[in-house]
Amino acid sequence: MKTTTGRVTGRVHSWDLSTGVDGPGTRFVLFVSGCPLRCLYCANPDTWHMRDGRSATADEVMAEISKYRAFITAAGGGVTLTGGEPLLQPDFTGAVLRQCKEAGLHTVLDTSGFLGARADDALLADTDLVLLDIKSFDAAAYRRLTGGELAPTLAFATRLDGKGIPVWIRYVLVPGRTDDASHIDGLGAFLAGLGNVDRVDVLPFHKLGAHKYDALGIPFPLRDTPGPGPDLVERVRRQFRAHGLRAF
Amino acid sequence: MTTVAPTDMAAPGSAWRRFAGERWREHVDVRDFIQANYTPYEGDAAFLVGPTARTRAVWEKVSALFPEERRKGILDVDTATPSTITAHAPGYIDRDLELIVGLQTDAPLKRAIMPNGGVRMVESSLRAYGYQPDPFVTKVFGAYRKTHNDGVFDAYTPAMRAARKAGIITGLPDAYGRGRIIGDYRRVALYGTDRLIAAKRAERALLDARPSTEDIIRDREELAEQARALEELTRMAAAYGCDITRPAATVHEAVQWLYLGYLAAVKEQNGAAMSLGRTSTFLDVYLQRDLDEGRIDESRAQELIDDFVIKLRIVRFLRTPEYDALFSGDPTWVTESIGGIGTDGRTLVTRTSFRFLQTLYNLGPAPEPNLTVLWSPRLPSGFKEFCAGVSIDTSALQYESDELMRPLTGDDTAIACCVSAMAVGQQMQFFGARVNLAKALLYAINGGRDELTGEQIGPEAPALSSEYLEYEKLSAAYDRMLDWLAETYVNALNVIHFMHDKYAYERIEMALHDHPVHRFMACGIAGLSVAADSLAAVKYARVKVIRDDSGLAVDYETEGEFPAYGNNDDRVDALAVGLVETFMAKVREHRTYRNAEHTQSVLTITSNVVYGKHTGNTPDGRRTGQPFAPGANPMNGRDRHGVAASALSVAKIPYGQARDGISLTTSITPEGLGHDPAERAGNLVGVLDAYMGCGGFHMNVNVLDRATLEDAMDHPEKYPELTVRVSGYAVNFVRLTREQQLDVISRTFHGAL
Repeated sequence: MKTTTGRVTGRVHSWDLSTGVDGPGTRFVLFVSGCPLRCLYCANPDTWHMRDGRSATADEVMAEISKYRAFITAAGGGVTLTGGEPLLQPDFTGAVLRQCKEAGLHTVLDTSGFLGARADDALLADTDLVLLDIKSFDAAAYRRLTGGELAPTLAFATRLDGKGIPVWIRYVLVPGRTDDASHIDGLGAFLAGLGNVDRVDVLPFHKLGAHKYDALGIPFPLRDTPGPGPDLVERVRRQFRAHGLRAF
Repeated sequence: MTTVAPTDMAAPGSAWRRFAGERWREHVDVRDFIQANYTPYEGDAAFLVGPTARTRAVWEKVSALFPEERRKGILDVDTATPSTITAHAPGYIDRDLELIVGLQTDAPLKRAIMPNGGVRMVESSLRAYGYQPDPFVTKVFGAYRKTHNDGVFDAYTPAMRAARKAGIITGLPDAYGRGRIIGDYRRVALYGTDRLIAAKRAERALLDARPSTEDIIRDREELAEQARALEELTRMAAAYGCDITRPAATVHEAVQWLYLGYLAAVKEQNGAAMSLGRTSTFLDVYLQRDLDEGRIDESRAQELIDDFVIKLRIVRFLRTPEYDALFSGDPTWVTESIGGIGTDGRTLVTRTSFRFLQTLYNLGPAPEPNLTVLWSPRLPSGFKEFCAGVSIDTSALQYESDELMRPLTGDDTAIACCVSAMAVGQQMQFFGARVNLAKALLYAINGGRDELTGEQIGPEAPALSSEYLEYEKLSAAYDRMLDWLAETYVNALNVIHFMHDKYAYERIEMALHDHPVHRFMACGIAGLSVAADSLAAVKYARVKVIRDDSGLAVDYETEGEFPAYGNNDDRVDALAVGLVETFMAKVREHRTYRNAEHTQSVLTITSNVVYGKHTGNTPDGRRTGQPFAPGANPMNGRDRHGVAASALSVAKIPYGQARDGISLTTSITPEGLGHDPAERAGNLVGVLDAYMGCGGFHMNVNVLDRATLEDAMDHPEKYPELTVRVSGYAVNFVRLTREQQLDVISRTFHGAL
């Protein structure tokens, strides 16, 4: 069983260790390659294509993770799979999650939910927490922002609720794109109806990935869009809080 | 108030009322007293109180002098009075308001001269700040009294001088006080000086029957000097209205007596680091007794500690601007070690551990005293979370592994300077600065010639002549060069410490140690990450040598990738570990002055900038003049996987082979720790638990962001209190040179994006 999962191969962009931003505690963060969405504000355009990643087996990834097992366990952390979109490679993602659970590590899946249907029950059984990026609560705005559809994400959120898997919602706040008060209220009402939403993180849009677009020779659509001011960020957080949600 | 109120408890018996335990009554043994009497505290910070109006008034009065001091370099100096314990008349900030009294000279921030270390250093410092050296002092120390500095240069060999001049061995304490000796100042409070003098005379008497060999004669003379210093301390205290011949009877007296002991040390010695020891839990016994007796309330308890800390913040020494540039600002390393776990498993955290940290809120952040938390994952969670919160708010704490130190130096260990563990009152060290391992590697390539000057400094050997460096040949040449370096280094240190004992002996600090004392010869290495990465480049990539017309290797071209130290990659981390182990073994081959035990540190403080300046291009791609990484840190920007990966590389360096300490400085933006204060504190606790749990020794924690630092460079007046930790201690950011500020900023920020 273990050897079979261990040989599953995926395309990996990089790995990193971070604290307090990709789930609880200090975590080993695996960036997998490939994403079906093209969010206008994407900070990681270098992870869009699977072909740009390097090939690695789940065993190889685990060998790297195991070097940090003692550290991340003592630091109240674990492993986060992000990308790219981890559910673009569900077999590989499932295999890494499985091995992490076998190693006794806390697991986080960071996903847009767009490919939530590809996550089978076994994969979700090995997931302790989902960071669910909901880009917008308006289907048309979602399409304009990401090139994809909103419905699969909402369906995935509902499915996670049914399974009782805790979720942290990530909401990237872009002035003029995702700051519509009625959309945010709608999202707040939807989330308040779920029983598994532990918190909502309002993430102010930033342009720290701009240099990557330059390096890749592709245009950065939001180059001239300013980040949100503190007042706007606070207004959006208050809107979520008004629905009884913990918002940061 | 200036005199400590007389009490009805002045008799020695009642000074010790309600205290438990036996051994400490018969023997001078402060640890035994603490163990028998302290009250561990497992709670949180809720009991703490803010500053009183009195505390604020005293602090405002003295801090009003800081802007002028910053502008002029020094506020004032007594040029005519070589400092001794009793040389200066009493001085005050505000005689009516101060609770704890005593200044180094007769006025706050007025500096003293201490020519015993070296009169040239005194004279050049005075001239640099626009003062004329006093002709009588110049005459005395020219014609009648030899200094430590004179003695050292009489006995240095040409090889030692050359190594020193080339910058391969630097920072040697050969022209100033060596420091890093911690007197057990608690003894003054617990026993009073009558008892301590009697104990020193008893130790002296034990030597009467021994043959008068050179060692015994020296010991007898030193013990006589120690007793004399205690008498001088008694007189100095009396001038402040304190009768310290008897034990302290109240906490007010205990803080005052302890401080007077420390004050005597900083009146007598301009040591590179004048650390305080481990006083908070000792003082907590007295605070708790007075609280229990209804003599004081929490507000009074806190203001006694606040007032004590005000005094520690204004310790000043006269030093040259070059010295301050080397060490960034005007450091004194008044290190106070806080927390830890006892050998019986009880935490040594008390309410007063919290009260010391609370001074950073009550008085605002400051680099001194150098507050050092002895960290263990087993510390009470309330204390851990408070420490983490203080770090996030002030960046003014450093952390050292109690779990690594306790088995070796016991549970009454204090940190001297930045990372040097000492059993208080039982161990001392001969401070040895450090050697430049990166430059030594270049010497190996160049057959002992200096890469910047072309001069032959190291032993003459054939230079490596191939177009590409070959790892095996380089290793062998490096090994031979390190043999020479270790030999030259230890022998130079022997000269220095022989002369320091002879001409600038620390009488009062050593009076507050047991006899015989255990001595360490504290060697050190700099440039570890540059050397390790350079070896990795040669081993895992191809490094082409570029030579000048004289055949001197002056630059390198690296083809291919190589692993860099700081990424938890064993291929290169093993090279760093190997260097530490190898150099320690080589140091141990050489006999030390007074049979001191060999140790070494991986610590640069901020001298990593100056070391870099004096080192040419290195095979890892570092350019000539570029700063080294501080301490045991990875090179700036080469640690690519975040703070945990970089910390785990450092944690591989074995403490047993670097017992004088291994320093890691991290910079984390607040956002890089989490979204809200409680989450950030919890996550920082997790990082510290994990680092120490994985064998890490020391961590400086800077929690700040790049924008703040850049703004502070342009507008220093807006950030007079901005404190950043730099490899072992904290400094005022605005007092760093521009070069050092840029170095701090360019260091990897582990902020998540």
